[in-house]
Amino acid sequence: MSTTEWEAVIGLEVHVELNTRTKMFSDCPNSFGGDPNTRVTEVDLGLPGTLPVVNGRAVEYAIRLGLALDCEISPTSEFHRKNYFYPDMPKNYQISQYDVPICGLGHLDIVLGDGTTKRVGITRVHMEEDAGKSTHVGESGRVHGADYSLLDYNRAGVPLLECVSEPDIRTAEEAQAYLTELRAIVLALGISDAKLEEGSMRCDANVSVHRPGTPYGTRAEIKNMNSVRSLGRAIEYEIARQVDLIESGGTVVQETRHWDEDAGTTSTLRRKETLDDYRYFPDPDLVQIAPSQEWIEEIRASLPELPATTRARLTGDLGLSQKDASTLYDAGLVPLLDATVGEGGDAAEAAKWLTNEVAAWQNETGTPAVQALSGAHLAQLLSLVADGTLGKGGARTVLADVLAGKGSPAELAGDHAQVSDTDELAAIVDQVLVEQADAAQKVRDGNDKAIGALVGAVMRATKGKANPGLVNQLLAERLHG
Amino acid sequence: MSELVTRTAAQLAAAMQAGEVSAVEVAQAHLDRIDATDDRTGAWLAMMGEDALQAAADVDARRARGDALGPLAGIPVAVKDIMCTRGTTTTAGSRMLEHFVPPYDATVVTRLRDADGIILGKTNMDEFAMGSSTENSAFKNTRNPWDLDRIPGGSSGGSAAAVAAYQAPISIGTDTGGSIRQPASVTGTVGIKPTYGRASRYGMIAFASSLDQAGTFGRTVHDAAAGLEAICGHDPRDSTSIPDPMTSYTEGLDRGVEGLRVGVVKEFMGEGSEPGVKAAISHSIERLAALGAEIVEVELPHADYGLPAYYLIAPSEASANLSRYDGVRYGLRVEGETTHEMMANTRAKGFGPEVKRRIMIGTYALSAGYFDAYYGQAQKVRTLIIRDFQAAFDRADVLVGATCPTVAFPLGDKTADPLAMYLNDVYAVPASLAGLPAMSLPVGFDEVSPQDDGRRGLPVGLQLVGPLLGEHVMLRTAAALEADLDLDLTPRGHNALETP
Amino acid sequence: MALTDDDVRHVARLAQLALTEEEISDLGPQLVTILAYAEKVGEVAAADVPPTSHAYPLSNVFRDDDVVGSPMAPGDVVANAPDEQDVQFRVPKLMGDSA
Ligand SMILES: [Mg+2]
Ligand SMILES: [Zn+2]
Repeated sequence: MSTTEWEAVIGLEVHVELNTRTKMFSDCPNSFGGDPNTRVTEVDLGLPGTLPVVNGRAVEYAIRLGLALDCEISPTSEFHRKNYFYPDMPKNYQISQYDVPICGLGHLDIVLGDGTTKRVGITRVHMEEDAGKSTHVGESGRVHGADYSLLDYNRAGVPLLECVSEPDIRTAEEAQAYLTELRAIVLALGISDAKLEEGSMRCDANVSVHRPGTPYGTRAEIKNMNSVRSLGRAIEYEIARQVDLIESGGTVVQETRHWDEDAGTTSTLRRKETLDDYRYFPDPDLVQIAPSQEWIEEIRASLPELPATTRARLTGDLGLSQKDASTLYDAGLVPLLDATVGEGGDAAEAAKWLTNEVAAWQNETGTPAVQALSGAHLAQLLSLVADGTLGKGGARTVLADVLAGKGSPAELAGDHAQVSDTDELAAIVDQVLVEQADAAQKVRDGNDKAIGALVGAVMRATKGKANPGLVNQLLAERLHG
Repeated sequence: MSELVTRTAAQLAAAMQAGEVSAVEVAQAHLDRIDATDDRTGAWLAMMGEDALQAAADVDARRARGDALGPLAGIPVAVKDIMCTRGTTTTAGSRMLEHFVPPYDATVVTRLRDADGIILGKTNMDEFAMGSSTENSAFKNTRNPWDLDRIPGGSSGGSAAAVAAYQAPISIGTDTGGSIRQPASVTGTVGIKPTYGRASRYGMIAFASSLDQAGTFGRTVHDAAAGLEAICGHDPRDSTSIPDPMTSYTEGLDRGVEGLRVGVVKEFMGEGSEPGVKAAISHSIERLAALGAEIVEVELPHADYGLPAYYLIAPSEASANLSRYDGVRYGLRVEGETTHEMMANTRAKGFGPEVKRRIMIGTYALSAGYFDAYYGQAQKVRTLIIRDFQAAFDRADVLVGATCPTVAFPLGDKTADPLAMYLNDVYAVPASLAGLPAMSLPVGFDEVSPQDDGRRGLPVGLQLVGPLLGEHVMLRTAAALEADLDLDLTPRGHNALETP
Repeated sequence: MALTDDDVRHVARLAQLALTEEEISDLGPQLVTILAYAEKVGEVAAADVPPTSHAYPLSNVFRDDDVVGSPMAPGDVVANAPDEQDVQFRVPKLMGDSA
């Protein structure tokens, strides 16, 4: 295989389930999970005579995402019916948008591993309703080979935004960066919990290969990638498959392929047929959407700081490294950093604590740190370290206690304060020199590294509270004095 | 048989108010009339007698206590079986929904109940409202009380026949392209469809969503208007429901037509009209002039394209609206190897020939490569028809013409020729496409029937069309003409249903 | 225009209708007759006429994002179901995927 002369052309279609209180077209509660068919109304089941009414907040969310992606917001747009028969769709048509989506052309800038930025075009963002879920009962557990299927419509009618990119993506890495960045934007906007594993964010990839300078190849649509990592793996596999196929004299067919995470392969799910005739037409049950300029500006004004801006602020104004900025961003710790800085804390020092101890605590407990720690407390901790009241070890213990809800750093510092009393420490140092006579002699003989064992012994004897600077000074006086 | 059934809703309301008769007696009289005659009219699909008597007793009790009562207190109403009724089968005239019991009421039904109307039961109709003779009902034929061998019109044939047969003073129908006006015309009843968006479509089984409107039948303009007033109004559950406040449809009906400009639509007096129809219409226009109206001729240059446009738009919308009947969640199921086979088998057995025909037309018209020439072009023609009406309403306050080209035709006459059946609605469809309020008023009889055998002929309806939300000017014109003509609308003739 | 039996079959597949051979051969000419009549709309010059999907123009009809009613009771959900299992709708085996 000689992939070097081949170029991949990739476009992504991302579906985002909105976290509105109610569904897209009915007042049914919109929440994940639940016993089968406990979250359906007569509208969601498509019972005869029922009618859809648009959730205004879902429209607002669509405009939010559109503005965040610099899309044109259509002055008027419509809902269309997309017609095809599938039993997870209660009406056998999906209410979606067609020729005029609510958000038109926009773009998303992604940052690659080498620090460069690439702009990926956004074709559109449109609103639609989700379908229900079918469970296939039988040995295979999959649709093929099932004996029968059971239908649960809890998810039917959940509001979706479908965000379609231009075919501007060339590598798996770019695709992963795009998905990561889009997810960060969606989370910053607060419009979805965007969990790829749970399907509240879903990504399909259109992949083709061609030799640069020649027309694009035939594309395959790949589905069922449940993480950023599997998106990358699936695209890499698919590029290699297509190149191999063409180089061995075959042709790529237009089809939908299923990514198998365990096997690490894609396989044919469904050929595109002439039967894919969705007979789109404007849904006569719904009227046009014409957001006023005032409304759009109101939404624009309410947008939060977007991830790219946040990262630029951290690396620029606050002088943090790109890596720390990304870590803080991905861990959701930027608000805590900002609050700490707001309380007079040093940004670089705060970033150290947040990217290490606090991030680790979040990972261990699964609890967002903002629920346990305030900027004021972190700033207080930093100043207790700065003025020497707390040593590094003491500060760690105090932070753990603060996160455990035991009190403020000022309240807890007493138990863990550094021992900086020279007389008290001198007595302990002398004791250690007697106990560790061998080590002491090594230092005297010129082996400076051996001093570590002596410092460690003093720290142990003081339960980590000894001021390390003072310990070193006292030892030096005695060993080299 | 109690003479109570011959009274109008207005007369019954007055009698009940005066304590001369109870709501239970009124309901019972109508239930008895149905019992005695429906073997011949075939107007009803499901009776709700027990609930009706209960509701009537409740009205009587509240009246006795001096409680405030709704505007239709104690008035029996027949409801087309296209309106969902909680706990009562709602079939839309289809095998597909033969055993479907909705867990909710249509908004129109809720409004009838809130108005203290007494719902007697559900009436027969063409399957999914597709037809002009009620012969497309999957269950039975409904017969015209004026001649039991003739059609009652359709698709709201059951509701029209029930009112003509004195089985109910008021009934609810739906009109997509004439399905209230044409049955009213051929049964000698008053049938009104309001402005599109005035009556909620929630819970009304959809045929063609951009055209479907509920409306009413009565034996007088006042009764039909009173029913309409009760069912209309804004409904947040229907996105196409008009939010503007309601105006009264029953007040000021007696204001006359003095000084009103009545536009006679040239295209609604066309070639295909029977001479008897033309004569009755001409006579009614002369009477309007005699009553002080200013008669003007108006043209709707694109009216001839209305029916072709309708037969693209309505089937297209229907093809999607009827996709939900697939044997999965409710309704008929016919088994198959796979889900898709089961769906296809279910739909093949559950739908009758006319419904399948229209699904096929609509599916074809929306399919790849045909959309622009068919659906797209039809929606443009719709714009032109709206503009035609706007121009006509610059010159006239209300428009008139024939409701349909012929009087009631014999059962079976047009079942073999779909296009001939469709042509019944050629005058009714333009107002539907333009969303305008429209009605049919009985204005005379077809006295020159070729098979004239001594009967006075079959009823002829005058169509009246108002501007958007201009129900009142249309109703006021109809009321003036009704009073002037003072017709006896009791079905009679050698083959008519017996008089109560 | 003309419609072959295969054209009719194709439309029937789109419409998910298992028509009999007799229905297919009957429907062809019927559809041709009706469509030929409907095609009259093409006689109207309407290149710059905007389409109308609703005669009474409304826009921005939105619902507040509030739960007003409550979901259906599980019994009501499957009350009309032709086949159900544990409050789920049961169907024969499925082929293919959703689009
Ligand atoms: Mg898509
Ligand atoms: Zn989608």
